[in-house]
Amino acid sequence: MSQGHPELAEKFIANDERMHWHDKALWFVRAKRDNASKGVAEWEDLRDCAAKIKMHTIDHLDSYLLEFEKNALAKGIHIHWAYDAQEHNEIVLKLLQEKKVQKLVKSKSMLTEECHLNPYLEAAGIEVVDTDLGERIVQFRKEPPSHIVLPAIHLKKEDVGTTFEEFLHTQKGNSDPTYLTRAARVHLREKFLNADAAMTGVNFGIAETGGFVVCTNEGNADLGAGLPKLHIASMGIEKIIPKLSDLAIFTRLLARSATGQPVTSYTSHYHAPVVGGELHVIIVDNGRSDIIKDKDFRQSLQCIRCGACINTCPVYRRSGGYSYGYTIPGPIGSTLGANRNISLYKTLPFACSLCGSCSNVCPVKIDLDQQLYKHRQTVVAQNLLGFKKHTILKVATWVMKHPKILDFSGKMARAIVPKLPRSIVYSKANLWGKQRELPPFPKQSFKEAYQAKKGDRK
Amino acid sequence: MNAKEKILANIKNNVPAIKEPMPQTNIAHVHFENKEEKFEAALASVGGNAITLSHESIDAFVAKHYPDAKVITSTIDGLTCKNKDANEQDTPHFLEDVDLAIVEGEFGVAENGAVWVKNPKNKHRVLYFIAQRLLIIVPKGALVDTMHEAYERVKFNTSGYGTFISGPSKTADIEQALVIGAHGPTDACVLFV
Repeated sequence: MSQGHPELAEKFIANDERMHWHDKALWFVRAKRDNASKGVAEWEDLRDCAAKIKMHTIDHLDSYLLEFEKNALAKGIHIHWAYDAQEHNEIVLKLLQEKKVQKLVKSKSMLTEECHLNPYLEAAGIEVVDTDLGERIVQFRKEPPSHIVLPAIHLKKEDVGTTFEEFLHTQKGNSDPTYLTRAARVHLREKFLNADAAMTGVNFGIAETGGFVVCTNEGNADLGAGLPKLHIASMGIEKIIPKLSDLAIFTRLLARSATGQPVTSYTSHYHAPVVGGELHVIIVDNGRSDIIKDKDFRQSLQCIRCGACINTCPVYRRSGGYSYGYTIPGPIGSTLGANRNISLYKTLPFACSLCGSCSNVCPVKIDLDQQLYKHRQTVVAQNLLGFKKHTILKVATWVMKHPKILDFSGKMARAIVPKLPRSIVYSKANLWGKQRELPPFPKQSFKEAYQAKKGDRK
Repeated sequence: MNAKEKILANIKNNVPAIKEPMPQTNIAHVHFENKEEKFEAALASVGGNAITLSHESIDAFVAKHYPDAKVITSTIDGLTCKNKDANEQDTPHFLEDVDLAIVEGEFGVAENGAVWVKNPKNKHRVLYFIAQRLLIIVPKGALVDTMHEAYERVKFNTSGYGTFISGPSKTADIEQALVIGAHGPTDACVLFV
């Protein structure tokens, strides 16, 4: 990554009006989540239970994956294992080529984004159509999703209007959301009906039954997978849950956390292919099993991809999904990215105010803020911080360890800094002051003021 | 080692010695005094509607409420309003012209307005999504409080497909504006009979 979070965020905040609009749009979703969660008296019990089910499953993941495979095979579902993204993409392409598939419809799957599946298949001459409305919009614009649940949240309706004018020949200047959604409905119906195969993600894989659940509001996963004879579902190893009845806990949490709905419009349970068709599940690792060994970061595998941490994050809301440079943005993306490659994603643990809001809304209680705090320490320990920031912090640490020097430097600063010209105070070395004004310097330090007060009392 | 062996070996090596036990999942949860009322309100909040049929027949209800529906199909036996057999062909694409699908739901869930639909008589699962409008027939009084009771009734001992449907298909992908009718039905009514 040539540019880190600060540089990419700078581009986003250059448009102040849009930055505030984005902030408000996400806060609106967060507020809906709050309303929905407060309507459930046992909300905290649900979170607690969900977190424990997930951790239990991760601790026994090898046996649950084997149980899932055994039960899926017994129901006529084909199972494939992919160690990394490359293997995943090769399996998909092989399955498609065996069935001579020209046209593929896909419903939302962050895993296939992570594997960069679309360009891989397109290079092999296969038409790939993302069918979630938000994903279709960004696919037209050749952009990645900027949010895991709301892929086009960075766009205004006018942006969508102009995109559809170009690709769907809608009326010029018409940006009415209903009009645009109807246009996409007509366009995508044709794609659904002509598809040779469908791909979906997996929200939950059920070890006990060997089936899986996909949740959507639009119905695109079911419409896609219900028509052609071939359905391929990509599933990260961490999507497994032990029992069918565990879904009660997760379906009560997922949509309420994601968008504030009581449940998604469709919670579909796949335990068989369509009539005369084939159903394949690809179980994908791609670095996940490595995360298990680190107790500090293991909890990140509990994630059910609801996006609540993203919606609440004050940094995400004001810097946008593209400022992270990783498939998944926000707090969960920052810890997953840092786990994947700390050197490449070294700025992500710092795209955080450590406010802890993410951990408080997380339906599976991942300690996101703590993880980011720990990643920061790795960044420092591995000398990845950058010379300027590193030096400043080194000096600050040394000064703070020596109270007399701290007092003296404070005194000097209070006397000298107010007299210095702006060009020196706000020079390039002052990273903090780039977009902020220093407060006026007081005459006394807190310590001096305190001592003076104590003297008065005596 | 193949991919499966590599993944499983890596997991085995990495899981901790002290493991989290499976928690109790039957947690105490809400019970509604009036499940019908809660179901109706929940469904209304997601753009659907619930109606209890008193003396009318389903056919009469359909004639009254869906006068424009030309192609009507159903998985329910004995309806005279039905003019297309949903199971007629083995390939589901012939269902693309269905204006109204009348299907059976097993029970509703009061907390979220969802209905469990798993109809072994229905050949094509896409019917619930390809129809322009959906009418779900649920036995009167077949309501549970929450997803906890719902999953006590859901079984997948054999293969199959089942889905909870809560209202019509919808999206808010364009500037968070709710639009009813994304790819699936633009209207989903639950009829208690």
